Amino acid sequence: MAALKKGKQASVQSKPGRSLALMVIVIAALTGGMIASGNTTPRLGIDLAGGTSITLRAVSEPGQESAINKTNMDTAVEIMERRVNGLGVSEAEVQTQGTRNIIVNIPKGMNSEEARAQVGTTAKLYFRPVLTTELSGPDAAGTPAPDASDGASHKATDPSGDATGDGTGAPTADATGDKAQDTTGDKAQGATGDTAGDTPAASPSATTQGRAVTDALKADPSPSATASGGASPAPSDGASDGAGDGVSEKLQAQYAALDCTDGSARAKAGEGALPTDPTVACGTNARGQWQKYILGPAAVDGTDVDKAQAVFNTQTAAGWTVTMDFTGGGAKKFADITGKLAQNQSPQNQFAIVLDNEVVSDPYVSQALTGGNAEISGQFGQEEAQSLANMLSYGALPLSFKEDSVTTVTAALGGEQLHAGLIAGAIGLALVVLYLLVYYRGLSFIAITSLMVSASLTYAIMSLLGPTIGFALNLPAVCGAIVAIGITADSFIVFFERVRDEIREGRSLRPAVERGWPRARRTILVSDFVSFLAAAVLFVVTVGKVQGFAFTLGLTTLLDVVVVFLFTKPLLTLMARRRFFARGHRWSGLDPKALGAKPPLRASRRPSAPVTTKEA
Amino acid sequence: MSKLGTLGARLHHGEIGYDFVRNRVIWYGLSVLITITAILGLSVRGLHMGIEFQGGAVFTTPKNMSASVSQAEGYAEDASGHDAIVQKLGDGSLRIQIAGIDTGASDTIKRDLATDLKVDAEHINADLVGPSWGEQIANKAWKGLAIFMVLVVIYLAIAFEWRMAVAAFVALVHDLTITTGVYALVGFEVTPGTVIGLLTILGYSLYDTVVVFDSLKEQTKDITRQSRWTYSEIANRSINGTLVRSINTTVVALLPVAGLLFIGGGVLGAGMLNDISLSLFVGLAAGAYSSIFIATPLVADLKEREPQMKSLRKRVLAKRAQAAARGENGESAGDGVFDGVHEGAAAAVVGPRNQSATRTRGRGGPSERHR
Repeated sequence: MAALKKGKQASVQSKPGRSLALMVIVIAALTGGMIASGNTTPRLGIDLAGGTSITLRAVSEPGQESAINKTNMDTAVEIMERRVNGLGVSEAEVQTQGTRNIIVNIPKGMNSEEARAQVGTTAKLYFRPVLTTELSGPDAAGTPAPDASDGASHKATDPSGDATGDGTGAPTADATGDKAQDTTGDKAQGATGDTAGDTPAASPSATTQGRAVTDALKADPSPSATASGGASPAPSDGASDGAGDGVSEKLQAQYAALDCTDGSARAKAGEGALPTDPTVACGTNARGQWQKYILGPAAVDGTDVDKAQAVFNTQTAAGWTVTMDFTGGGAKKFADITGKLAQNQSPQNQFAIVLDNEVVSDPYVSQALTGGNAEISGQFGQEEAQSLANMLSYGALPLSFKEDSVTTVTAALGGEQLHAGLIAGAIGLALVVLYLLVYYRGLSFIAITSLMVSASLTYAIMSLLGPTIGFALNLPAVCGAIVAIGITADSFIVFFERVRDEIREGRSLRPAVERGWPRARRTILVSDFVSFLAAAVLFVVTVGKVQGFAFTLGLTTLLDVVVVFLFTKPLLTLMARRRFFARGHRWSGLDPKALGAKPPLRASRRPSAPVTTKEA
Repeated sequence: MSKLGTLGARLHHGEIGYDFVRNRVIWYGLSVLITITAILGLSVRGLHMGIEFQGGAVFTTPKNMSASVSQAEGYAEDASGHDAIVQKLGDGSLRIQIAGIDTGASDTIKRDLATDLKVDAEHINADLVGPSWGEQIANKAWKGLAIFMVLVVIYLAIAFEWRMAVAAFVALVHDLTITTGVYALVGFEVTPGTVIGLLTILGYSLYDTVVVFDSLKEQTKDITRQSRWTYSEIANRSINGTLVRSINTTVVALLPVAGLLFIGGGVLGAGMLNDISLSLFVGLAAGAYSSIFIATPLVADLKEREPQMKSLRKRVLAKRAQAAARGENGESAGDGVFDGVHEGAAAAVVGPRNQSATRTRGRGGPSERHR
């Protein structure tokens, strides 16, 4: 029997050391990870760090409830991110939450009002004919763009008819160039490149367009009447005529003054322009340079696009392309406009895809595209093509977004709330520690170190989750962490009470720990499972603040199980070997006498030993 | 410690104990009374829904404002054209609530307020809520609640049995009703924070219940193989045996919440911390009460209706009558309690342990064990 007992103890002895070592390694690894990645503090949410948080809710058009799906929401997020970060708010984050909400977090120090305006409005996607375009920016001012068609290196084709062997790039434009020149007369000047290069302001007398501007300078600046008539794309005499007549002096002036490299100017470009009016806009060309445009009235609406996709075209070796399918009405409009454009010379054979008054693509066309679908090709990368396809789809999204809540927290209040949360946590922790000390005495050492381990694990994981999954510690999350102190301490209490019950049975400490553990373990698992279930359901179902709270609660519940299994139990096993605990010192919290052990303790270990073996 | 420790020991040994199950009618009655009051309160007074549920704006100014509450109210009403509620918080900042304004109009109101109150608009905190936001939070919370309840009932039915699941469910509904009732009666404002607190109670209330059920399940494992105790009696022992633990965990859970409540209410004045901790505090107290006084007696009630348990009860009563006839009743009952209680934990409520107890009694006391 002695041998048996020894063997059993040996196996018990080797385990606690291993678990504790594992725990130490885990903590060291997490801390190391924290320091190595430079994330030594959890990322703070808007309510603690200050800033603005906007919650938007997707609203579908009547009868299109299914439009609120993951793909559409992701597209919307991408567009919004683009819009907000276009303001220079590069740290703003946009993410979906739940099934129909989008959260936009704008850190402090950013212009939240402007950002709100940006995300709150519905995106507007139009196809507009290009009337004029040129490079924009300080360095582009004097030097005409050497190759205006560069911006039009993308080409829109009818996928089915593409096999006719149209070359890519300029040649097509040149081929139709003469014809276009005839129709546009002296308005379009000479070679394609020159049109773009001449800024009307720079050489007023050289072109009729220029003259129009000079006239405008003399006249009083309310010439909108001239614009509207010729601007409508309906007449068959083509966009070319419309171009000259339609571009009002005011627009010319705006165009001349427009500097697309200036972010705020860019944001204002074409502001408030109606889809039926010509407008100015900015966009980047394939080289990443800013290009400015005068665009005709919208010919096709974003909602006319039924579907857009990025496709890798293996047939024509065109690489990544974007295909668009139009709706019935859209197909007709698109056929009309491409038919007209195809007769023009560059750049007026281009149409611009304009999202929120920014040109995202300006493909040229060489023939009417009547098939109800079209393909935009060019030197796209996969991402570029994907992003363009998303934008095109977004125009077709039957979704609009409503502001559900906007919270602006000043940095001062954020700091204060963080401070208050920390104090509350400290008070809570201190009270629990005090209670444990009074009630469990020596045993509380184990409980308190376990709490510390749990706290450090929570802290490290929260810090690491910031950059990895975008976890941000907000006030409800702090609250959840504080509440979790109780849940964690609960597990220790369940375990300790079990062990004490065993001691009351007359067992000595070591067998009491080993016997009490399996039962305590089951209770802890069952009750933690229920807690975790609550947290998980809340996390999945709810939005916003509730979610942050549920996340912390779930995380700490999981950690509680880990800590109890890998730390508290092994530590108690180890401690049970120390005389202080094993002998039931009166300050150990395990004094059999104080616990009212049933058989009055006479000899210290003798009586319980047989019981143990019998039970085991 | 020693007092509670001794109490624990005596509860454990069954030397003392409160007969929760036998007195259940009193507690059921009390709970029904409280629940009716809560429901009355809810229907008559209704919940005081915060601004988040009506739509509107809450502005919070920096600390130490010189403007008085009535002045600020005037400013806010002028700026917005709506009624405003202004509170002065503990740190001297003003909390201005304006219901019914559009989120779009808020920026102008904020600017006007800033001018009137002579602070920088950048330093005013704003919380703007569309009219459907609160509703949405509440709807999602209801949905979460429903899903959780279904899942937890299924889980408990599998892990324990359907009667326990039903009892836990009743206890949960009981806790939630009481908590919302307190909110209605006292007139606390309901905010998303309150909803969070309420949802947390779910987990907590069940945590307690589950621990008692776990011990109950252990102890009644082989209940039909013995004829000394009825189900109700063992259930009662489970409650008493876990009573100290229940008290401890409730205290330990309440302490951090109390810390939150103190800081949230005392220092910050109002806000998320306060809202969460207040509903948690009420709910936790209700949860601890219901797991002891409602859930377990309810399980006992349900169990006693099983034919097996009925026949067990008959056997037990018959045996006791017999024993009483032999005139050795009192002692055996007192002695048996503790053996039964913790023995039940092992695989053998009735097996070797009962035998040993019998032996103990037969051969004269503890010495037998120590041999």
